Amino acid sequence: MQPVLKIDNLSVQLPKGADRQHAVENVRLEVLPREILCIVGESGSGKSVTGLSVMGLLPKGQLKPVSGKILLQDENLLEASEERLRDLRCTGMSMIFQEPMTALNPVMRCGDQIDEVLSTHTKLEQKERTQRIIRIMEEVRLPEPERLINAYPHQLSGGQRQRIMIAMALVLEPVLLIADEPTTALDVTTQSSILQLIRDIQHDHQTGVLFITHDFGVVAEIADRVAVMQWGKVVEFGEARQILSDPQHDYTRMLIGAVPSMKPGHREREESSQVVLNTEKLSKTYSERSLFRTTRTVYAAQQVDIELRRGETLGIVGESGSGKTTVARCIVRLIDPTSGEVFLDGNEIGQLRTGQLRPYRKRIQIIFQDPYRSLNPRRIVGDSIIEGATNYGISREDALKRAHSLMELVQLDPNSLDRFPHQFSGGQRQRICIARALTMEPEVLIADEAVSALDVSVQAQVLKLLDDVRRRFNLALLFITHDLRVAAQICDTVAVMSQSKVVEYGLTHDVFSNPRHEYTRSLLDAAPGKDWEFDLSLNTHG
Amino acid sequence: MLYFLIRRILATIPVLGMVALFVFFMLRLTPGDPAAILAGENGEPHQIEGIREALGLNKPILTQLTIWLGNILQGDLGESFFFNKKVTELIAMRVEATLSLAIVTLIITLAVAIPLGVLAAYKHGSWIDRLVMGFSVLGFSVPVFVLGYFLIFILSVQLKWFPVQGYKELADGFWTFLHHLILPSLTLSVIYIALIARMTRASVIEVLNEDYIRTAYAKGLSNKVVLMRHALRNAAVPIVTITGIGIALLIGGVVVTESVFNIPGLGRLTVDAVLGRDYPTIQALILVFSLVYVFINLLIDLSYTLLDPRIRY
Repeated sequence: MQPVLKIDNLSVQLPKGADRQHAVENVRLEVLPREILCIVGESGSGKSVTGLSVMGLLPKGQLKPVSGKILLQDENLLEASEERLRDLRCTGMSMIFQEPMTALNPVMRCGDQIDEVLSTHTKLEQKERTQRIIRIMEEVRLPEPERLINAYPHQLSGGQRQRIMIAMALVLEPVLLIADEPTTALDVTTQSSILQLIRDIQHDHQTGVLFITHDFGVVAEIADRVAVMQWGKVVEFGEARQILSDPQHDYTRMLIGAVPSMKPGHREREESSQVVLNTEKLSKTYSERSLFRTTRTVYAAQQVDIELRRGETLGIVGESGSGKTTVARCIVRLIDPTSGEVFLDGNEIGQLRTGQLRPYRKRIQIIFQDPYRSLNPRRIVGDSIIEGATNYGISREDALKRAHSLMELVQLDPNSLDRFPHQFSGGQRQRICIARALTMEPEVLIADEAVSALDVSVQAQVLKLLDDVRRRFNLALLFITHDLRVAAQICDTVAVMSQSKVVEYGLTHDVFSNPRHEYTRSLLDAAPGKDWEFDLSLNTHG
Repeated sequence: MLYFLIRRILATIPVLGMVALFVFFMLRLTPGDPAAILAGENGEPHQIEGIREALGLNKPILTQLTIWLGNILQGDLGESFFFNKKVTELIAMRVEATLSLAIVTLIITLAVAIPLGVLAAYKHGSWIDRLVMGFSVLGFSVPVFVLGYFLIFILSVQLKWFPVQGYKELADGFWTFLHHLILPSLTLSVIYIALIARMTRASVIEVLNEDYIRTAYAKGLSNKVVLMRHALRNAAVPIVTITGIGIALLIGGVVVTESVFNIPGLGRLTVDAVLGRDYPTIQALILVFSLVYVFINLLIDLSYTLLDPRIRY
């Protein structure tokens, strides 16, 4: 069979002063019609650069293809003129991106954004174009296309926006679709339906798909063939089943081994351990007010009862908008609960005023999702780490001493305390955030999606660190995540949240092996690659 | 939306009240006696006293304030000490010149600044970008009166393209009217071109890094379409904000420009009124200016809802 895309010996040069000479080096791969080829790798592996090279969308002046060929149905795209490339985009090859939230123009109606593709590349009349738009919107299973055609992106959910992107990409039936992490930013149930959609639609239209992902769960779900990339090179290429079950390269083995298992590990639990923090009927509502009356009330969290014990990890799992972060923020009192109580060692702190709250603040600490944004970029990390402690009256010298030993604990060089956050990698920054939380010597540590932004191998290390820290300081850990695999590995008990309520709450093992609530079952069902048991023994890092 | 409008319009009342009080007391605190100025250099003390009584300046300050505020509430801005006319009439006579100057300036500014800013942003880091930014710094630093006389010298005295000074009403014919306005508007617009081109550039550069711009290129759109349809519209909110502030500042700018080009507008009226300590005129002008300012701000806020569907009041 004639491949729709053939990349031969492609090398793309990085600007001078980068950590390596080439973003991608001697990459060879091909995509057949009706095939899904997954490129898997961690951040910086060159997988997105490969995709953008095909589209001719590399940032100008920064990245330059220096050798090789990219053949789209026998036409070398590296030699094509700018104008020819423009003509081919959306007609021969299309691309969809990771962030459906930002990938659509926020001030343009969805229908117009699809229409732009048609009016640029075809001579169809307005009426025919509208018909085509409605047809493709139906095909990507958007409800009420006649209404959504006039909607702005912010009026749609993340999944719906990604469907608009897919509609835009496929309306002119290109032979190649490049999908760059299209489901990474989506909820697990939405992810599963979008993956299903991509698979169905590429099958019907005979589209070849180059699917870029970091998630081996997704690979197990969707890939026909796999190319594993590391440091700009394809280190392994072959049939998906083959690679998943018998990876040859060390890096592939490490990646597959780092995928957390859906089966909860066995964890010791002492019934007698003391309750540090519990909530009673904790609720948070937001109301929109107009001139005379309350028009709309949004329930962010309703009647949440949870219990955290010393030395244990409670997971809150749920999808975006389920209220899990709201609960965390109410407990830390970053926002004020509307009603209900939060008890810390038996003292009610949910309704305390700011001044009275002060002594309790240091006992509950939080780590956030995005380590790139949760450290002040203009302060050296040492100052960020000790700020909380000095604020509670500890001298600078003592705080720095503490910071020193904590840096060792989180496995970073204590001599790097005088560096700025941008000099660290994402995983290192998250370690710094953990050290920052620990300088306060808290009893309760809250991790709000603390490993979601990290690569899978780094994620495994940070999870291990969090678990070590919990054991060592006998902390109560509240772990908030959307990732069931992660929850299965780290939590003693889990609370499943849906639509602002806790729908299921129990021992992790019980919830995973015998889910009672329908929603929990649908979550477990939607987990990508759930039918594939990743072999943990492959993990060369232990 | 309606609620927002009502609230904003109600909010102008205390603003104008504060402005009124502030102007009133500031004027009474500044040295200089209108009666003495009106009586002229050789005015006798009893003449001055007579004038003062006729103008009501001998009454206690609080009484003067209540009379003035009472009149304003009835729509009467008072009578000028100096010109022997109703202040409202005086303003009506002068408003055309200032309004014309402001509008022509605004048109020149937007027509030049936005394309320049977009171009600089698109060619970010190139010599074109540096040229635009260099011009922008220059535009900021040269005072209006220096630039005005410089342009008069080159374009009017040497090249004889435009009249040196003066103003012709719209009633005298559109081309004559425009011919007289171009030079002063050009002078006045330079600083706003500098300001708005800079803002447009910064705003467009930021938008060009957004994901949806990458999407637009991935659809096979040309540079022009991406820039004008996708980038500029998304960059519009800060540009409109700064333009609105610019219009408000323009009111200050016209004072000097109208003096340099001898245009009988509100700016000149302000200068004359201040020199003559013409209390009612100054007070009325400041109130009108602040009303315009408040109104422009309201328009800016309302325009956001047109530019960005995510903004709703």
